[in-house]
Amino acid sequence: MKNAPKLELRGVEKSFPGVKALSNVNFSVKKGTVHVLCGENGAGKSTLMKIINGIHQPDAGHILIDGEEVKIHNPIEARKCGISMIFQELNYIPEITIEQNMFLGSEPLTRLGSVDWREIRRRTLELMKSESLQYSPDTRLKDLTVSDIQMLEILKAISYDSDIIIMDEPTSAITNREVEVLFKKIGELKSKGVSIIYISHKMEEIFRIADDITVMRDGSVVDTLPADELDIDTVISMMVGRKITNVYPKEKLEIGNHVLEVQDLTCGNTFRNVSFNLRAGEIIGFAGLMGAGRTEVARAIFGLDPYTSGKIKIKGKEVKVRAVNDSIKNGLVMLSEDRKRYGIVPIRSIRENVSLPNLKQFIKKGRLHTKKEKNIVKSICERMRVKAPTLDTTVDALSGGNQQKVVLAKWMLRDPDILILDEPTRGIDVGAKYEIYKLMTELAHEKKAVIMISSELPELLGMCDRIYVMSKGAITGEIKRECFSQELVMKYATGTLTSNEVK
Amino acid sequence: MEIRNNVWSTLKKRYSIYMILMALFIICSLANPNFLSIGNMTNISRQLAVTTILAFGETILIICGMLDLSAGSVLALSGVFAVFTYKATGSLLTAVIVGILTGVICNLINALMISTFKAPPFIATLAMMTVARGIALLFTKGQNILGLGDFVVLGQGSVGPIPIPIIFLVVIAALTWYVLRHTRFGRSIYAVGGNEEASVASGINVRKVKYTAFIINGIFVGLAGVLFMSRVNAGLPNGAVGYEFTALTAAIIGGTSFSGGIGTAGGTLAGAFIVGFLDNIMNLTNVDSYIQQIIRGAIIALAVIYDIRSKTRRTKSLVARADGNDSGKKEEAVKARA
Repeated sequence: MKNAPKLELRGVEKSFPGVKALSNVNFSVKKGTVHVLCGENGAGKSTLMKIINGIHQPDAGHILIDGEEVKIHNPIEARKCGISMIFQELNYIPEITIEQNMFLGSEPLTRLGSVDWREIRRRTLELMKSESLQYSPDTRLKDLTVSDIQMLEILKAISYDSDIIIMDEPTSAITNREVEVLFKKIGELKSKGVSIIYISHKMEEIFRIADDITVMRDGSVVDTLPADELDIDTVISMMVGRKITNVYPKEKLEIGNHVLEVQDLTCGNTFRNVSFNLRAGEIIGFAGLMGAGRTEVARAIFGLDPYTSGKIKIKGKEVKVRAVNDSIKNGLVMLSEDRKRYGIVPIRSIRENVSLPNLKQFIKKGRLHTKKEKNIVKSICERMRVKAPTLDTTVDALSGGNQQKVVLAKWMLRDPDILILDEPTRGIDVGAKYEIYKLMTELAHEKKAVIMISSELPELLGMCDRIYVMSKGAITGEIKRECFSQELVMKYATGTLTSNEVK
Repeated sequence: MEIRNNVWSTLKKRYSIYMILMALFIICSLANPNFLSIGNMTNISRQLAVTTILAFGETILIICGMLDLSAGSVLALSGVFAVFTYKATGSLLTAVIVGILTGVICNLINALMISTFKAPPFIATLAMMTVARGIALLFTKGQNILGLGDFVVLGQGSVGPIPIPIIFLVVIAALTWYVLRHTRFGRSIYAVGGNEEASVASGINVRKVKYTAFIINGIFVGLAGVLFMSRVNAGLPNGAVGYEFTALTAAIIGGTSFSGGIGTAGGTLAGAFIVGFLDNIMNLTNVDSYIQQIIRGAIIALAVIYDIRSKTRRTKSLVARADGNDSGKKEEAVKARA
């Protein structure tokens, strides 16, 4: 029984104008199992999922559920077939309440045809109680953290009583503790016979939950194997089609003088008395749980948010950072965790995005020298290995990894001394991740200093010389490379933790 | 293959507006022999000059993610002040300066409301539209100022065969083009309109950009006020009602995107002339004026639908190319929920 395929795709093909997205894909998911789908960005995972979810129609091939062929024309039909999908990018309406969101598009009606709010309230409370979430159902989504919303999305998918749930990188925005909750939930769903298709880049978690693993590359399935016949290295080499031997290209380098000293930086309740230092040629990490205040500290130093007290010294000189310009001028730049919001102007070209903070370089007597601009932007993009048809391609046409490289390129053009990289590898594929690690090493070679904020402990441990750990808005520990261990970091990160650390 | 496709579609996208303009021009010439006459052409240009100058101001603001509903009213106020100054001093230069200053001051207040107090541009400029009209009427006690004497030279005069308003129009068009294409400020307004938060995070002084955009708009509106009053040979406190919408129409038809970050000076110029040619040919061929309105509205709707469709098409093909990543996902997710 367990081996009967719940969902089966046979010979699925899909082309978009100019690209073949899927060619002859065969894919089947057994009942009551977790089937992990991995592959680099652009491998065709999302297209495949969109076909299952009815957003795209296949050009050829068949979809079978319980051995019977079905045609899924849209997500509503997919839902009727028992398929629901949790999207990677959170799309939510900020002004809407939890209960409205929960039943959006499927509101129960009264006999008169109006929305039955009482029923909605009752069912929302029931669901939230069963998941022990302690929010009032009329809390607006904008007042919740990203991870809360992610959990609600998962809850919502479950509430449809689906027997196939597609999860597209569900853990990219939630804390470790919530990951545990999610995995427990997945276990429960499995035992109820629900099949789960799980897309993820995180190798550690893949191997914790997968029953089967399918690896895709360039629109085709490389192979499908039971998880216990695979290991991390094999999966990665299947994904990229080559072996990446050294996952973290870390080198031991000579450390120079202090370039950044932060003393007692405080901002209301967000963070308090944050002190740390950074030296030339050094890569330091900031670890901590989501909501610990790492991003907020970085934003304050960069001038995106104000701070109430404390000192920031850049290269020995005290700098009052009031706006982004104050830090940029002193050679400090920051790559934001939210690339789409703070990193790129999506509808404009690569050229314009890269030159945005560098326009002064290209101005001569008030006139923009486009030729000079083109040449310089071209060379920096080549150095960053941005892959795009032309420099006039708009940035929203690029993959996540390439967008990230564009943001990096725009800052590298300023030749900064200090780079703050906030979640630089979030949502990008293994190959691009490796390129970013390599760039960090190159930067350290050039005597530049890097601060890396990351929720992925392995990369922090792999790349940093020192790690500061934050918890609830304060630095709780500093660990040198010799003493690195996941356990130690987690101890500091959770140190005085109570059950509700996310504020 | 893919790249060539891309280039072709970019070309098509970039120049389609000019092709439409050319086609319309040819059709109009064939439809009515009077259309091509020098008299008619000068006439069209004179009529278009004022609203097209406004359209350039609107283009800059829309690219920056804002708009100006007060343009018509502020135009009237500037014009009335300029006319009054001319009657009081007899100096054309002083009158022009007063007109432009009035435009700039009103728009500085717009910028103050929008950038400093974070009022939505639609509402802030709606307020200014009402206030400016009120001041113009109060100042003139609702009476038209007549007998402008030599003031009319700006609106009615010519240098050689070229009407003076056309010279202003060309200068303003060139200026807008230059600012948008070749200055740091131009780049900044595209960025601010495209993604304000990312612009802040790139060290752009967004407040300064918005103030500058409004100051430029103020100059254009003030100048348009002077030209308008000069052409009609009167200070009309009730004049130019709804001109902002004519200007917005030109900008929209010219491909300026209301979601910000997209638009060109050339597009707006073409948009303005498309509207102008259409109005003119409809007049020449005696189309009922009520029907003219309906046609004009339908064209705006078509232009916007075309704009949105070409954008969705683009997004769709992008989703395909950048699959696994995110461009179209928002849209898709909304669809999925629906």
